[in-house]
Amino acid sequence: MNRKKAFQIIVTLPVVVYSLLLILIPIVYVLFLSFLKSDSFGGIEYQFTLENYLMIFDIIYIKILLKSFIIGLLTTFICICISYPFSIFLMDKSETKRNLLIKLVMIPFLTNSLIRTYGWIVLLRKSGVVNTTLSSLNLIDKPLNLMYNNLGIIIGMVYTLLPFMILPVYSAVSKIDARVIDAAKDLGANKIKRFIHIIVPETLAGVFNGSLMVFIPAIGYFFISDILGGGKIMIVGNLIKNQFLTARNWPFGAAISIFLIVFTFLLIRIYKKIGGKLDELGGL
Amino acid sequence: MEKKNKTLRNLFIILVYTFLYLPIVILVVFSFNASKMNIVFTHFTFEWYAKLFQNKDLLEAFRNTMIIAVVSTAVSTVIGTMSAVVLQKYDFKGKDLVNKLIYIPIVIPEIVLGIALLSVYTLFHLNLGMFTLILSHIAFSIPFVITSVRSTLTQLSPTYEQAAYDLGAGKIRTFFDVTLPLIMPGVISGGTLAFTLSLDDVVISYFTAGPGSNTLPLKIYSMIKTGITPDVNALSSLMLLVVIIVLVSITYIQSKSIQKRGKV
Repeated sequence: MNRKKAFQIIVTLPVVVYSLLLILIPIVYVLFLSFLKSDSFGGIEYQFTLENYLMIFDIIYIKILLKSFIIGLLTTFICICISYPFSIFLMDKSETKRNLLIKLVMIPFLTNSLIRTYGWIVLLRKSGVVNTTLSSLNLIDKPLNLMYNNLGIIIGMVYTLLPFMILPVYSAVSKIDARVIDAAKDLGANKIKRFIHIIVPETLAGVFNGSLMVFIPAIGYFFISDILGGGKIMIVGNLIKNQFLTARNWPFGAAISIFLIVFTFLLIRIYKKIGGKLDELGGL
Repeated sequence: MEKKNKTLRNLFIILVYTFLYLPIVILVVFSFNASKMNIVFTHFTFEWYAKLFQNKDLLEAFRNTMIIAVVSTAVSTVIGTMSAVVLQKYDFKGKDLVNKLIYIPIVIPEIVLGIALLSVYTLFHLNLGMFTLILSHIAFSIPFVITSVRSTLTQLSPTYEQAAYDLGAGKIRTFFDVTLPLIMPGVISGGTLAFTLSLDDVVISYFTAGPGSNTLPLKIYSMIKTGITPDVNALSSLMLLVVIIVLVSITYIQSKSIQKRGKV
């Protein structure tokens, strides 16, 4: 009996140590930091304050938050608009073909995301492939500004995060019983009606899953706004990065991080309310 | 009408794949381009593939990336698999908390995990470098392995293990001879996910790498501002080739193991 108990403790230890040391303690420490004062030399004063949280409501930072949320929402919306028809159209194909096509969605994002983002620079810049092609076809007189602006950031975000929307949406769509759709067809429901009354309710959790996996990274991926936004456009990710590495105001950076964590947990709650499962999040 | 519809549908699917693959095609094409600037294609060359092996910085970053990916994948696959099994089989104090904690790295923005890890490393006076990079990669990989293994574990009928116990096999023997082979597809896909996440990680590495330890993504990130040379394209194309080979072989092995199970 004792040996059994000892065995159980030994095998349980790694997961407990891991979740305490590498998850709980770091997050609790960030929470602790967020209530401390920063001194002007980039250090920390051990004195309680709510200043960091109040600072988030400064108009400069509110603007950055709003901008990130808009970029995140637009990215999510565009990803949904691509993933729905994509998944529905894919259902026409045979199962082997479908499995292969879904694997093909994953391959690009198994390669380095920075180098792929760089690929977009080659495509989108003034002397890039898109502009030179369009002007050689005489479709444009002047090169279009496709990057170093919000458009560039959104293209980059959609590109990097699209697979995270396609996979859960496709998996939800493929689970719909085809007979239900046939029945609706027989009863005279047109395409739009079938979409609204059958496909949307059946896939809601999948879409919300995808939205979480797109929206949350989209507000934090500072490298995309750095590269395709030309370093002029700040999103929350850039703001946190700057507080920790350049401005060296860790308590303020910590407060924004805690703000993001609370926000994420709220989204997860909604996800669970509409019947989503935690295990399916980020499952690829 | 039906036919026209079908063409439109296929066109949409093709457009999505074009969007997904265009930057990669560009990357591969320019790795064979004689011009140093990634702007126009002048003529075909293998020069950059040869030059790649003289670029010490790039090779070192690549080596670091591979070491980190291999070590963190090995550790997180073992701990993740163990954790998934333990969390399913045993009850212990604080299990609910642990079950909640392991989702945090999956759901919170990566940057938050990055700064949180950086903060505790600083708190404990750990020097930033390969060790902290590996530790951080383990930290964000384990939850993905756990969820992946757990999904195969919940589908597993307990009768297999029961049969092994009835035949007198101990816990450890049952695990290695019965449970592990049955959950292998989940272990493999969890491990693959951990490996690819590690290879590609920018955000968490950005905060947890020291001045002396460069990874390939970090190296590329610093190069993007000054201009990327085609030898980076060449390296990335080679890595893409390796990823495709690995992926195809895993699919092959998995389909084999499914066939095998079908026969039992």
